[in-house]
Amino acid sequence: MLNDATVLFQIAGIGIIVAIIHTIMKQMGKEDIAHLATVVGFILVLIIVINGLADLFQQIKSVFLFQG
Amino acid sequence: MDIIQIVAFGIVTSILYIILKDLNTSFAFFLILITGIIIFLAIIKQIGVIFSLLESLGAKANIDGMYMETILKIIGIAYIAELGANITKDAGLGSVAAKIELAGKVFILLLAIPIITAVIEAILNFLPAS
Repeated sequence: MLNDATVLFQIAGIGIIVAIIHTIMKQMGKEDIAHLATVVGFILVLIIVINGLADLFQQIKSVFLFQG
Repeated sequence: MDIIQIVAFGIVTSILYIILKDLNTSFAFFLILITGIIIFLAIIKQIGVIFSLLESLGAKANIDGMYMETILKIIGIAYIAELGANITKDAGLGSVAAKIELAGKVFILLLAIPIITAVIEAILNFLPAS
């Protein structure tokens, strides 16, 4: 997991791109699409992070608490 | 040289965080969260090796398995509570972090109850029955 720092850049990239989209859509006067883009980006990153978190909790359970 | 990797990882995260902080705060928070997760995942395998060593030592010293298991569980609870408290503190929720730490302490005490009772019973056996 440590060897691929790509996750980090993925999240940072998604964040930057979403911020850019948000700004552009705001300039074009389409507030709703701007917020929609933010929400979609948020969910994408949330999926990545939740996967990592589940992995971590599973590992902690198996090492510390002696469960499958 | 895993430690160099981890330090480099932290530095990269800091740079990305500084860039992303002004653009989008929630994504910056996710960045912190995933960094904590990845570093913890890198550590936990080594912790497993250390624990297996501790267990084999305990088995050689004929220590009751229940005590070793309790101690390892306590260490696990401490690690998890620390992780959660740090992440919530980073998100700016100091009070929630304090609550998580309190919960960790309570659960550790709860797990330690059998050991404490064993110690107290041993002490009571030493006392002369008056």
